[in-house]
Amino acid sequence: MSALLSLGGVAAGPVGTALADTGRTSSAEAVLFWVIGPVMVLAALGLLFARRTVYAAMSVVVVMICLAVLYVAQEAPFLGVVQVVVYTGAVMMLFLFVLMLVGVDPSDSLTETIKGQRWISALLGIGLGVVLVSVVLNAGDFASRGLEAANTETNPVGVAQVIFGDFVFDLQVVGILLVTAALGALVLTHRERITRRIGQRERSEARILAGETLTPLPAPGVYARSNAMDVPALGPDGRPLDASVSRVLRVRGQERAVEEVHLDATAAGAARHLRDADEGLGGPEGVGSTPPQRSITGEEQVR
Amino acid sequence: MGMGPGVLAQVGGTAAAADFSNDTWWIVAIKAVGIVVFLLTSVLFAIWFERKVVARMQIRPGPNVHGPFGLLQSLADAMKLLVKEDMNVKAADKVVYIVAPMISVFASLLIFAVIPLGPAVNIFGVVTPLQLTDFPVAVLYILAAASFGVYGIVLGGWSSGSTYPLLGGVRSTAQVISYELAMGLSLVSVFLLAGSMSTSQIVGSQQQIWWFIPLLPAFVIYFISMVGEVNRLPFDLPEAEGELVSGFMTEYSSMKFAWFFLAEYINMLNVSAIATTLFFGGWRAPWPLSAINDGMFNEGWWPVLWFLAKLWFFMFLFVWIRGTLLRFRYDQFMAFGWKVLIPVALAWIVAVAIIQGVRQFTDVDLRTLLIGLAVAALVVVGITFLLPERRRPEPERPDEPEVLDAFAAGYPVPPLPGQVLPPSPRRARLAEQRAQDAGDGPTGTATITAAGPAPDGTTDDTDGEEEVPRG
Repeated sequence: MSALLSLGGVAAGPVGTALADTGRTSSAEAVLFWVIGPVMVLAALGLLFARRTVYAAMSVVVVMICLAVLYVAQEAPFLGVVQVVVYTGAVMMLFLFVLMLVGVDPSDSLTETIKGQRWISALLGIGLGVVLVSVVLNAGDFASRGLEAANTETNPVGVAQVIFGDFVFDLQVVGILLVTAALGALVLTHRERITRRIGQRERSEARILAGETLTPLPAPGVYARSNAMDVPALGPDGRPLDASVSRVLRVRGQERAVEEVHLDATAAGAARHLRDADEGLGGPEGVGSTPPQRSITGEEQVR
Repeated sequence: MGMGPGVLAQVGGTAAAADFSNDTWWIVAIKAVGIVVFLLTSVLFAIWFERKVVARMQIRPGPNVHGPFGLLQSLADAMKLLVKEDMNVKAADKVVYIVAPMISVFASLLIFAVIPLGPAVNIFGVVTPLQLTDFPVAVLYILAAASFGVYGIVLGGWSSGSTYPLLGGVRSTAQVISYELAMGLSLVSVFLLAGSMSTSQIVGSQQQIWWFIPLLPAFVIYFISMVGEVNRLPFDLPEAEGELVSGFMTEYSSMKFAWFFLAEYINMLNVSAIATTLFFGGWRAPWPLSAINDGMFNEGWWPVLWFLAKLWFFMFLFVWIRGTLLRFRYDQFMAFGWKVLIPVALAWIVAVAIIQGVRQFTDVDLRTLLIGLAVAALVVVGITFLLPERRRPEPERPDEPEVLDAFAAGYPVPPLPGQVLPPSPRRARLAEQRAQDAGDGPTGTATITAAGPAPDGTTDDTDGEEEVPRG
């Protein structure tokens, strides 16, 4: 620890000497630190300056994993592994879930809705900095016993003794706080159902009563020279089935007629003949398009 | 409070951890390379195994062209994936798109480092455990590596710049958040009994009894959540072919797809190995064999065989489940995770902790405790028998069958129990016609009709001719 801190140039002189008695940094550890340190700093800067929110979240993940590696290198494997399980595996995953579900991206409005949040955050940031610096400066005051004494009964047992032995009251207080918070979240997000629940059964009954098509619509046509989405399939009677082409394509007028993909003259003639027989003779281009039953854009004609 | 240092150790009688002090750098290198080679070849075998077993379940031969029993089929598939054109989607977020499959494979390769394949063996004159490494929080390390691996799926889905992969990614995050909780909780009871989180010590603690017997509920929860963890049926919602094309993998092709594929199968091997190690005694020989010749089969290289047998038993279960079950609907899946698995896991941990606490802090010995628990359970069961049963009022059924108007709702529906269809008008017409024909006397058409349908008017008999086997 001491060597890492002094290498990082953070610790003041007396702290470094006080801690240097108990620990020594092997060269491998130093190499690890100097490889991971810059990566962490870059990733931390990425959190501040990344334009895409997912990049910012990924920067935090990189910082967390590097931090875990450093913990393990400092012979605190429990802390390092739990760091990844809890923060990387659960907390950041929750963040990502929300980011992906809501779809936040830089084009979203950046108007600040909370008044004076910059001042508040600056104040809190300075406060955090003061706390961290004071902790580091006071680190020399503790009489450290060294890792070997702390990890006699393996690292997790040592941590357990500290948490459930020396700090059991604090642990209970934090536990109560967390339970209260979880309960508060439940109460605040709870909603009474005021309408009847509409499940799968109700939906299917409504669909049948409405007389809609119950089966999937036919797939678009697949021919020797085309298997595109924009060509209608042919029904058993040989007529093009308009419902087989996506409604969006039909509205945009991007549907193609069967004879456009049939380069064979006789087949094209036959297809034209068939198309004329179709009752849903569509737009002015004569692509055999049936107008949709419901309006999509609100502008097109509805039959 | 000052818990004694040996509290955890006394509970299960902690076994000694594996001793790696003899390892030289080349021993570590041999083990590491051995693990990677083992995983890659096992994946090739697993793909063939899965296709072959599913084929047998569906009564078809499966791959049988390339190599003996079609064994080289997956090699051919792998070569195909390698030499295919590597496409990058234009709308993709390029860096993340390329990194995502790498994350998946990287994380999946990490886990086998702490799985004990056997006890101490002699490799080129060095006595060393058949395990790359082990430390006091090895099982937590496994959980950490698994939760890191999911980033591959999530980021792959997000970076593809397409709707279906994004939906797959979102589903995957929700799946991880809900099922990893249950998984972690189910492992805690093993830690409580084994008194350690190191894999070699957990295997060592199962000398008397494999943990899946006393911890059966925890094992069941782990098994369910491990299937969810590797996105296999019935939990394959992130890829869900029927709904999301191929989920997070939709926009991937060639080698990048192959990496996702590889990661999925390595993860199957990983979770099977974890189940083996934590619940099925790891490399220990099953009971009658373990008693032979003073535990001969638990020494040397024999345990690798038992480990592999158990591993492939779980792999078979994966395939069996895939061949049997359907995919969950999304809401059922979430409700199952949050309303069934997590509460059961929590209740189970509390129960195990209480029993361990009673054993630890009182003088009650285990047998008395278990008998007491059995009596308590019997009393509870007896009381539930005495409770008056709540009856659901049965819907009243009319004595006379109700005549159903099949087209009332605009779409034909079959009759429910207690309903009958109105008499068919066609049947009445047919009967009338038949009576008329019989009155007319034998004519050409009448002979055929008389030979055909039975007098009660069933018209199905004409199909009988086709059912006669030909030839």
